[in-house]
Amino acid sequence: MKIKKFDYEKAYYLFKKIRCTEEKIIEIYESNIIKSPVHLSLGQESIAVGVALASEKKKDIVFSNYRSHAHFIAHGGNFKKMWAELFGKETGLSSGKAGSMHLGDLGINFIFTSAIVGSAISQAVGYSLALKMKKLNSKVICYHGEGAMDQGTFWESLNFSALKKLPILFVCENNGLAIYSDQRKRMKTLDICKKVKSFGVHTIKIKDNSTKNIFQNTQKALQRIKKNGQPVFLEISTYREVDHVGINYDFALGYRKKEKQKMMKSLNELKFLKQNTKNFKQIEKKINKEISDALNYSLKSNFPHKKCIGSNVTKE
Amino acid sequence: MLQKNKFVNNITYADAILSATKIMLKKNKDVFVFGQGVDDPKGHYGTTLNLHKDFGEDRCFDTPICEESMTGVGIGAAIAGMSPILVHQRMDFLMLAMNQIVNMASKIHYISDGKLCVPIVVRACIGRSWGQGAQHSQSLLSTFAHIPGLKVIAPTTPHDVKGTLITAIEDRNPVIFIEHRMLYKNKGLVPKGYYKVGFGKSRTLSKGCDITLVGISFTVIDCINAKKLLQEKSIKAEVIDLLSIQPLDMSKIVSSVKKTKKLVIVENDWINCGVSSEIISRLIETYNVKFEVKRIGYLFTPCPTTSALEESFYPSPEKIAKVSYEMVTKKKNWKPRKIKTKEIEEFKGPF
Repeated sequence: MKIKKFDYEKAYYLFKKIRCTEEKIIEIYESNIIKSPVHLSLGQESIAVGVALASEKKKDIVFSNYRSHAHFIAHGGNFKKMWAELFGKETGLSSGKAGSMHLGDLGINFIFTSAIVGSAISQAVGYSLALKMKKLNSKVICYHGEGAMDQGTFWESLNFSALKKLPILFVCENNGLAIYSDQRKRMKTLDICKKVKSFGVHTIKIKDNSTKNIFQNTQKALQRIKKNGQPVFLEISTYREVDHVGINYDFALGYRKKEKQKMMKSLNELKFLKQNTKNFKQIEKKINKEISDALNYSLKSNFPHKKCIGSNVTKE
Repeated sequence: MLQKNKFVNNITYADAILSATKIMLKKNKDVFVFGQGVDDPKGHYGTTLNLHKDFGEDRCFDTPICEESMTGVGIGAAIAGMSPILVHQRMDFLMLAMNQIVNMASKIHYISDGKLCVPIVVRACIGRSWGQGAQHSQSLLSTFAHIPGLKVIAPTTPHDVKGTLITAIEDRNPVIFIEHRMLYKNKGLVPKGYYKVGFGKSRTLSKGCDITLVGISFTVIDCINAKKLLQEKSIKAEVIDLLSIQPLDMSKIVSSVKKTKKLVIVENDWINCGVSSEIISRLIETYNVKFEVKRIGYLFTPCPTTSALEESFYPSPEKIAKVSYEMVTKKKNWKPRKIKTKEIEEFKGPF
């Protein structure tokens, strides 16, 4: 695996694209054109960008979850088809049968995601088992939240990946929230890495949301996996800006306080990346065009034909 | 009709499963077998015996005790192009994996609009008798048949268990492959090599013109025994082995019921919301057949452990014969003799 240097320009492009996408969704959501739940990634962008830039595109396999927009965009998923999928159109990734909670694009090995918390983790492990069995020199990247670690299946899967020495990187996006339940209400001990380590898995903890730091640590982790073919666990602290599902701020519910410093973290990081990007104007122009093209494409696309409902229930 | 020769063996149901698995492990390097105890000295009733020695420990391996995650591992491997066979000691344990089967395996092909498929075979064994009790005896066939995206197979004969297992392994969809503990020692004629028995086809095991008996898994054996009893009253029963629950084959049942006008469906399960309800509904709704029908199945209680109560819980040849006799003759003047069901009599546990 070639050692890559952190590319500010690419990072700014991806970060900004994720942010603009989520903001566009917020802008048009009330018009009811996206008639399905969305779990926005606002605040968590640096993880997706740092990890994706460190990964080997089209070679690594990506398992995400229902909060996948950032991962999907950062790993380079088909942007137009993603929008068309959100709009429920036949040109979408799954002809509209999937929507935001089940995005997938095999062009970049991005496996269609699940809406059941933690349920794809064992599948990610199974995929990495297959890679090992087929002697394919590739790795699995599995994004999950700390909420998924409440599930028994996380620990079962972790154990199996260590037992069988599987090439998988667990990326825990720790936003401390399961919908509105604080991590402290759900876990007796909060030191996640300590617990994971006790399963015989190497861990790396990242407390800030520096994209560069995440990139560098992910690169280190992936190199380690490549070298010894064993799992690595990455815990990255992050912050969810808006509600668990939908487009609104949720501070009025009173379960958490609005902390300005935390709210600004992602925007400050974006600002920092911008400061290190010469061509930021061109990049922003490019992103705006990509979004407007994707919206036009999706609006112009047809809804799937009614006959399509019965196709692909089973493989013939 | 098969005859024993150098291409056809008289082997047990368990050996037929082992034979199918060996053929597929040889034929396709992507096939592997895993599950609790598959490489132990008993090899899941002999069905996986020594596969780890013959094909290597990476192609037949034991797992930790975590049904949900191991099913997920199988699904993930299947998505990646492998053909996993996951073995459960009992159907009851499979309940721990329902999230993976119902929420994940059955949906992935649809959600991806055909781009991914999940060619996993989940083998599960129904327990019965010698005190298997409430949690080692469930069938839950219709539970799986309820879910679009799954195929559900429950073969009865050694011939069919081998042929359908090969079909299941080659099928590109998740297949719930349901075996029965009481069938493992039964012998039958089985071709030595590779062959397939297709899904969605039931099998008429024995012809008759007076009444149609439909059995599922082990209750097919009950139906065959009931037919013997009915012969004593000169009643000719036609016995159909349902074999495939999803897809469900109605053609043989329809033509048989058109002939006999009388149908007894013997569930290997509780009757409530079961496979028999589905068959009867389809006969009425789609095929417009006029017929009389009775359903026999487990008593609607958990399965009791003591043998004193177990007899009341399960269908039996006598119960089937009595119900059939009354439907055919409209008389209630016969109490069939109790015949010994070899499989139940010979089973002395412990598991």
